[in-house]
Amino acid sequence: METDANAMKPPVQSVLRVSGLSKSYRRKSAVWRRSDVVVAVSEVEFEIFAGQMLALVGSSGSGKSTVARCVTRLEKPDAGKIWLEGNDIAQLNSRELRFLRPKIQMVFQDAATSMNPRFTAAEVIEEPLRIQNQGAKSARRARAKELMHEVGLSPQWADRYAMDFSGGQRQRLAIARALALKPTLLVLDEAFSGLDLSTEAQIANLLIDLQTTHSLAYLLISHDLALVARLADTIAVMAHGKIVEHGPAAQVIASASHSETRALVESTRAAQVNLAAMGAAL
Amino acid sequence: MVNWGRYMNFPAQPATEALALVHDLSVTYAPDSDQPVRALDHASLEIRPGELLGILGESGSGKSTLAAALLKLLPSDARYDSGTIHFRGRDLLALPESALRRIRGAEIALIPQDPALALNPVIRVGDQIAEVLRAHVRMTRRDRRARVEELLAEVGFGHPRTIYPAYPHQLSGGQRQRVVIAQAVACRPHLVIADEATSKLDASLQAEIIALMRQISQRHGMAFVVISHDPTVLAGFVDRLAVMYAGRIVEEGRTEDIFRRPLHPYTQALVRLSARYLSNAGTRTRFPAIDGEPPTLTTVGIGCPFAPRCPEKMQECTDQELEETTPRHSQRVSCFKYGN
Repeated sequence: METDANAMKPPVQSVLRVSGLSKSYRRKSAVWRRSDVVVAVSEVEFEIFAGQMLALVGSSGSGKSTVARCVTRLEKPDAGKIWLEGNDIAQLNSRELRFLRPKIQMVFQDAATSMNPRFTAAEVIEEPLRIQNQGAKSARRARAKELMHEVGLSPQWADRYAMDFSGGQRQRLAIARALALKPTLLVLDEAFSGLDLSTEAQIANLLIDLQTTHSLAYLLISHDLALVARLADTIAVMAHGKIVEHGPAAQVIASASHSETRALVESTRAAQVNLAAMGAAL
Repeated sequence: MVNWGRYMNFPAQPATEALALVHDLSVTYAPDSDQPVRALDHASLEIRPGELLGILGESGSGKSTLAAALLKLLPSDARYDSGTIHFRGRDLLALPESALRRIRGAEIALIPQDPALALNPVIRVGDQIAEVLRAHVRMTRRDRRARVEELLAEVGFGHPRTIYPAYPHQLSGGQRQRVVIAQAVACRPHLVIADEATSKLDASLQAEIIALMRQISQRHGMAFVVISHDPTVLAGFVDRLAVMYAGRIVEEGRTEDIFRRPLHPYTQALVRLSARYLSNAGTRTRFPAIDGEPPTLTTVGIGCPFAPRCPEKMQECTDQELEETTPRHSQRVSCFKYGN
């Protein structure tokens, strides 16, 4: 019986729970000298458990990156709660956040612009350890090399400049840096877009491997439904600042009850139809 | 006389004269530095009149270098090491700059990747299309204006008169892409090069722009060279496909044949990776990735450049000089699997 196996497992730990999250921006109009309010995110709710991945999908401007920026507390939300392992971090100030920062790490779309061009690969990975005063210098270097190995970079390249790496290698370096502080939640904002097909597949496989070895929770932001659907346990579809559909990945795609989900599913299918019409040897 | 070289391998080639013929082209960037980059390595390619030809390759494969070479627009630190580019009987690499200026825009045009960068933000888009006509065609101002409006209508604007005076920032990304297409086809060129022209657009817009380029190509018999890193974009679009890796054309043939029966292990891997079935949702299964990284191109070694990543690597892959073969009718490949 399946239930027996489930009973043996420890209860799944909730890593992140977000409720009623809202954020709006003031937009100044240069011409009319007045400002209006743009609601970027409104009443967003979701929960991510250890070892699980939630994919936040939607077209550009749907508010998914704002959610990522609030969850990582790069922005302060207007309202709502962000429970990180049971602590509400939504309204903490930067000093209080300092102790929680290691728990949430982020990987950005363009790894090149998120790294100091004068840093070597090892320095990039050591930076968060240094800021958090973790370990002696030699211990930090050893940890950096260990992390490089773990993300598939040769530790021999520790002294190479980050800018001398290829796009895919830099993305691996960004993941190594994010792992340095042993986070429980990794937020990846469009971490795949702009990568070649073969590099994208490598990075996706790396995320799958890391998830298993570290029981990491992922919040993955993407506009590429087909890619994230394969990786994610749950999918939340965003449109106009709201989550319009939310559930297990297969179920969201099968039902596609909201027009935004349907549009995403359709555009993915269209690409496959081209291949199928060619009789592609898949 | 055109040197057909290895192209003589095609036994049943239709007798149509090639529109453009790239033969044995090699290009090196920064040849005098300590790290020269061999961006194109003995690439040969035929472009036929009116056809849609796709060039598939990942970053660093040399596809953009090939595109720029077709316009002889490579940066000044690039050196043409070998080869010729014949376009309608003339060798572009031997022509003086003044003759090239008459060809660019009029006979060979480019659709850039990012129209937001290609368009001047302070000039009305209609005038920017008129500028192309003014450079190449003698006509009155009034005729030119009428012509631009026709072009705007052709690329899908319902009200060309209202679009003409618009500035680029007033248009959406898709609309700007249509404007640069109108610019490219304004002089009815024989050849249009689209370098990742749809890769920044979302999927539905991408399909619209592809349909538009197809339509224009058919209506005017214009050949399009479509460069992309995405097999799914090219699958429903081009008639023929050339796959590039490490500055070489590793496989070339009819698009259908390449997707149905890819010959080169690299092409096979790309086709497998382009399968994005939603039926895999929630399975968290690993992707059929190709291990390793493409070579850096700073060293030109013997053998196949894909060998270090190839699942079917053999002894001869690393110690013999690679030659092209045509194991199947009109499908050529550079791989030792098919004999040498």
